[in-house]
Amino acid sequence: MEKQQYTIIIFTENHIGLLNRVSIVFTRRHLNIDSITASESEVKGVYRYTIVLVTTQKQIEKVVSQLEKLVEVLRASYYLEEEVIHQEIALYKVDSAGLANSNEVEKLVRYNNARILAIEKDYIVIEKTGYKAETQELFEKLEPFGVLQFVRSGRVALTKQRKELTSYLKEIEKASEKSDKIREWKLNKTDDTAMWL
Amino acid sequence: MGIKMRGSMAVIQSLLAEHVDTIFGYPGGAIMPIYDDLLQHEDKIHHILVRHEQGAAHATQAYSQVSGKVGVCFGTSGPGATNLITGIANAQIDSVPMVVITAQVPSPLIGTDAFQETDVVGLTMPITKWNVQITDAEDIPEAIAKAFYIAVSGRPGVVVIDITKDALLNQLEFEYEKAPKIRSYFPYPAINMQSIDAAAELINKSKKPLVLLGHGVLIGKAENLFREFVEKAEIPVASTLLGLSAFPSSHKLFVGMLGMHGNYAPNIKTNEADVIIAIGMRFDDRVTGRIADYARQAKIIHIEIDKSEINKNIEVNVAVHADVKTALTALLPKIQANAHSSWLNEFKELEAIEIEKVIKKECTPESGKIRQGEVVHLLSEKTKGHAILVTDVGQNQMMGARYFKFENPNSLITSGGLGTMGFGLPAAMGVSVVVKDRPVIAFLGDGGIQMTIQELGTIMQENLAVKIVVVNNNFLGMVRQWQDMFMSKRYAATHMVTPDFIKIAEGYNIKGRKVEKREELSAAIDEMFATEGSFLLEVMVEKEGNVFPMITPGASVSEIVLE
Repeated sequence: MEKQQYTIIIFTENHIGLLNRVSIVFTRRHLNIDSITASESEVKGVYRYTIVLVTTQKQIEKVVSQLEKLVEVLRASYYLEEEVIHQEIALYKVDSAGLANSNEVEKLVRYNNARILAIEKDYIVIEKTGYKAETQELFEKLEPFGVLQFVRSGRVALTKQRKELTSYLKEIEKASEKSDKIREWKLNKTDDTAMWL
Repeated sequence: MGIKMRGSMAVIQSLLAEHVDTIFGYPGGAIMPIYDDLLQHEDKIHHILVRHEQGAAHATQAYSQVSGKVGVCFGTSGPGATNLITGIANAQIDSVPMVVITAQVPSPLIGTDAFQETDVVGLTMPITKWNVQITDAEDIPEAIAKAFYIAVSGRPGVVVIDITKDALLNQLEFEYEKAPKIRSYFPYPAINMQSIDAAAELINKSKKPLVLLGHGVLIGKAENLFREFVEKAEIPVASTLLGLSAFPSSHKLFVGMLGMHGNYAPNIKTNEADVIIAIGMRFDDRVTGRIADYARQAKIIHIEIDKSEINKNIEVNVAVHADVKTALTALLPKIQANAHSSWLNEFKELEAIEIEKVIKKECTPESGKIRQGEVVHLLSEKTKGHAILVTDVGQNQMMGARYFKFENPNSLITSGGLGTMGFGLPAAMGVSVVVKDRPVIAFLGDGGIQMTIQELGTIMQENLAVKIVVVNNNFLGMVRQWQDMFMSKRYAATHMVTPDFIKIAEGYNIKGRKVEKREELSAAIDEMFATEGSFLLEVMVEKEGNVFPMITPGASVSEIVLE
């Protein structure tokens, strides 16, 4: 089965060890994560993980349902490249010595929509946000000038679909109510099946 | 405002709030405050001191399965906790609820490789439904309330709570709320009526339906509903290992066990059925054989509470994501009464072949050494299916599952998913704590009993009645069978010299008897059941007996062989 790149987005509660729980789902299937980022979402207390990996459709479906099974995960879903808008940020620390008699770096910054974050005696720091290919391209162009350090973040991604976290949370609330009713019925607290059927 | 108390007392009070009356465990440095406070509540909670924490975990699991409650066990930090791990993994993979409480070194020492420190949360994360470490006394009641709720609801599993010693010693205001709301956890999915309609339509039109009965029927307490369903539609019932006893073995619709050492008919017919209704089971590889040739001709309906099990191993046509009881309640009114007598007869024809070629030789041989199946057959006949059978793992397990006739739910306790040797004796001990009105049989091999034989001490101390049957072939029988069949009889590390089990039992004040001759077997079994309390019956059996039929590894269910 053909492999392709997927972006997984997970909404979770903020609990210790959750990153470990999430990564276990991947490692036990011997899947290598390309990048992972996590931060608080637009809803206070709900954390958003963005995970990128290359795998098959079948694997990704299984992984996502196993992620959703985790007690503290609110929702997990996967997207193809064209279903998300995504970016990565890269920082480049470039040796000032190589820049002395040239305006090449200035040009590179300008043409690549990058910006200069810091100028020190020995080095400058450039920042570029974009697709991985773009930040990689700039890295290759800066290399002749002496890149002392290079760092790239994991992907952050937003979905194109119109359904947002708040509506998922409402759905979860409803699912919770149904679940409670079924539980009550199962515990013989009520005979009324109409409320969940 | 709650009542002021220390953390360890809050553990006890929380357990009392959950109506816990039995705990299996083993004390040690870090957990001592809990034990100290338990002493004041000995009238309400009976603590059973095991001989090794693995025994505690297996006993707790079995206790959960037969009592219908959530079993609880205690272990101290470090080795106490690591010794529990096999039992935790075993219960988790077989979806049995269990709350495990371990103590941890004081929080300032965490991460310093302190004496008896081990990262219990990290170690048990992949083998639990949920786990948590508590470092603040105030968090204890809520964590325990969540633990009980999570362990038993939805697809049940194990919850581990690791509590630091300082949290046990610090004061808190105790308040307890059962089943607290957990926003991200909604264990019972709402019924999708479209899936129910689609399932009903397939079932009603089916000419050759087959039900695969799984553990979910027992877990969901849906045995009666299940029976109504299969009787109404007249569908043959084949069971997984863990589904056994949910449906009477004597029922005319019962066609036997599925899988590698299951019965001939249900395996063959899996590849002839037009509609397969899988209920609360997960298409384990031991059930499916070669996936590529599993039931390709059939439309498959899968009723399953755990969404991640749907389409995991087998792609299905209709997925009913729901608890079995809920699903069958919704499905039953839409099922038409039906008859499938000629289809049922096809099972009978194949069953007759299996009886002739396998079962007669195994269960009622007239010459040669005693056979394992023969022992199970006699145990079953003499208890009239009224006993609870607890097996170990290997040939004894398959023989027990194949030849014991079950009439009551939850009458087979066995290690399914993990296949844990050493499970049988402590599990039987856990059963015997609850079940007093029916015989509890531990059916073990000579290898398995020696893995956890120390629990004879617990059985002695607690005056428990376990009828221990050891079928001794001086071999690790199942591995030897594979060596016989697939490795040209190269018996690497499977021959085992066994001790004098009767003397060992005697040392623990347990009566015993060893049988080598067929003529003595029946009387010895009678003596065992007539003896008050525990009894160890050692039966010397055929050394190189094999379990058949068999779907050899990599073969399809329809390629099952009889010899």
